[in-house]
Amino acid sequence: MSADEGIGIFRVEAQELLEQIEQGLLDLAHNPGEKELVATVFRALHTLKGSGAMFGFDALAAFTHHCETAFDRVRKGEVPATRELVTAVLNAMDHMRALAEGRAAAATEGERLLAALELVVGSAAAGAGAPMPPVPITPTRWHLRFTLGPDVLVNGTRPLPMLDELRALGPCEIKIITDHIPPLNELIPTECHLGWDVLLTTDQPRAAIEEVFMFVMDDMTLAIEALTADTAGPAVLAQTQVPEAELAPGGDAKAWRPDASVRVPAMRLDELMDRVGELVIAQSRLKQIASASIDMNLRSVAEEIEHLASELRDSMMSVRMVPVVQLFGRFRRLIHDLARETGKEIELVTEGESTELDKTVIERLADPLVHLIRNAADHGLELPQERHAAGKPGLGRITLSARQAGAEVVITVRDDGRGVNRARVRAKAEENGLIAPTAVLSDQELLQMVFQPGFSTAATVTNLSGRGVGMDVVKRTIEGLRGTLELASPPGEGSVVRLRIPLTLAIIDGLLVRVGMARYVIPLSAVEECLELSAEQDQRSAGRSLLTIRGQLVPFIRLHDMFRTGLAPDRYQKIVVISSGADRVGLVVDQILGDHQTVIKPLSPFHAELGAFSGATILGDGSVALILDVGALVAAETHQHPAPLRAVS
Amino acid sequence: MQAQSITVSATGGDDGLEVLTFDLAGETFALEAVLVREVLDRSPETYVPGAPSFADAVINFRGRIIPLADLRLAFGLTTSGSSADSRVIVIEFEIDGEAALLGLRADKVYEVTAIPDAATEAAPRLGTHWRPDFIRRLAKRNDDIIVLPDLAAIFAARGRAALS
Repeated sequence: MSADEGIGIFRVEAQELLEQIEQGLLDLAHNPGEKELVATVFRALHTLKGSGAMFGFDALAAFTHHCETAFDRVRKGEVPATRELVTAVLNAMDHMRALAEGRAAAATEGERLLAALELVVGSAAAGAGAPMPPVPITPTRWHLRFTLGPDVLVNGTRPLPMLDELRALGPCEIKIITDHIPPLNELIPTECHLGWDVLLTTDQPRAAIEEVFMFVMDDMTLAIEALTADTAGPAVLAQTQVPEAELAPGGDAKAWRPDASVRVPAMRLDELMDRVGELVIAQSRLKQIASASIDMNLRSVAEEIEHLASELRDSMMSVRMVPVVQLFGRFRRLIHDLARETGKEIELVTEGESTELDKTVIERLADPLVHLIRNAADHGLELPQERHAAGKPGLGRITLSARQAGAEVVITVRDDGRGVNRARVRAKAEENGLIAPTAVLSDQELLQMVFQPGFSTAATVTNLSGRGVGMDVVKRTIEGLRGTLELASPPGEGSVVRLRIPLTLAIIDGLLVRVGMARYVIPLSAVEECLELSAEQDQRSAGRSLLTIRGQLVPFIRLHDMFRTGLAPDRYQKIVVISSGADRVGLVVDQILGDHQTVIKPLSPFHAELGAFSGATILGDGSVALILDVGALVAAETHQHPAPLRAVS
Repeated sequence: MQAQSITVSATGGDDGLEVLTFDLAGETFALEAVLVREVLDRSPETYVPGAPSFADAVINFRGRIIPLADLRLAFGLTTSGSSADSRVIVIEFEIDGEAALLGLRADKVYEVTAIPDAATEAAPRLGTHWRPDFIRRLAKRNDDIIVLPDLAAIFAARGRAALS
């Protein structure tokens, strides 16, 4: 090994150690009494000093030695780990980073940092106040009873993910209330008449439970009641017990240890994923051949390969999953810096850091989250004196949480600041010509304005946010991940942005349909319902492409015309109603073939800009089906009239 | 999908350029053999509505979805339906700065052969109605002319035969 290689390896190692130290320190700032954290930081400093000396980074070794000594005193309990100490070491860390990277760093800078550190350690030893003990959290039992308004299903609310979210909070016993279901002949199947009775045991506060219902609060009844230990739950419950094993992972970040992992270039994983995809396709062909054969040996081997292939695919998917702690970790330093820049006191609370997401998704979430956090720090939180005046603690809080709910991960960015100023949003929207001054908007519609291109409510453009290129980019990125994003801002409670992201980009559930000779996949998550286009509706709608579904007008697109198949449509056509946000559009197809687990493949540069397709997939018989881009189709239909796709040659 | 394997040895060197020759509507074309990954029998194609007719379909190539381009359109040649001789030549090429696989339709694939540098010349400015920037070199062989297309220019123009 040459000296250069050795230095390269040391730098990688130093980078990891510094990250470990940084995370440890930031954790310590919140749990000053945590001995394990002190030990982690101490060990990392010690290793850094040792390796640094070995590879000739003497300045780094010497400097780190002083920090290590300071931490040794903390470890021995001579000095409490105060916030000041943490900040001093954090500042010193940047110096270490510079030394490790071989950047020229002034020796005086090192001395100044060490003096600051010494001062903190000394004064802390003198003060010797006991560090704040961590508050033990005991789980509480809650009794919830809620019913949803009759129209919620039509408005796109799905009760199932809400129940999943409740389950993610802790063990749940859920019982359905069917008392209000009308007799069959009066029942309208799209109305919701159900209620739920839930016994939930969780260590989360009441606010966490309320948050589950935040976006339907206006349209429901909800009663939450804390049960003390001796109050027995209602006897009628205890029918549906969720096994512990099914619960979503909790917020224990320590479960994930970086040192127990292997680094693999992401490209190799993608290649492996491709191979696995091919294997699954080859296997499905084998299955077809085997099922037509009478050879029992062949059939049993085919079956075995089917099992292995599906297990392999599942393991492959799980390999790509990484905990969000990797993502959240980056923001702690951001908050630290933002607090300094804005002069605000900010604390970042993270929850559910062990929730896992596809690696590609995690990478693409980083920028939108940075933007949301900057927004929260800059626009949301107030200066300490304003907060005091409003009767709030001076320390503003930004909460970043993740949890799994079914096949989605819900990430929320919440701040306890001043909330969204509706009047200003409205004024700005009118000024930019986004809405007419006379337009009547619902509260949610008004909040949605924030996501329009070129929209910024910051009175002055600041360094942090407010360049007017923000929320619409965030929205586009999230929608590009096939996720959704909602903004809520209950008066006096700050604002919340909630992202719902599918677990993986690589596989979706799709609805396979046929138009002419070709087959297409529609993402199932966007499908609202499937109807038949009656001959009479077909005739009547010749001039206008509008359809009446339960009293509401829904525009529709004849895919035959749009794709210029040149073939006569089938006699009995079907309509697949898809939605994106609040907009709905019907797609007229010849046949609905059923659901299909779809491995998404990107389209080549030749086809990437078509807009109507988000990708393609390989079907069981080896042929290719295109995946419709629901967002683009809906936007094209609801905002302007789409010209049929034309060849550009 | 059955693949015909063609052994490709990328020697080049003194023998000149090693190429794969193929037929497009009666004209002989050649591609550098090092670009060629595989030659396939025509397999089921999926038509992409709205795509430029130069690349109006995609195929499944070993689990990857690759576009199918038709050089005949770039050279204004007639596109007949597929015959027993029809093949797809899968090449690896950089499109818009990214290495990508893509298939090229061919009416017939001949052979891998070497074209000596001396036998090639730059495309004449006159005498063809093809876009001159689409032709890299012309090679003479046995009274026949072999066209070496400039793939980079053709793909950048998305195969539009007419200058616009």
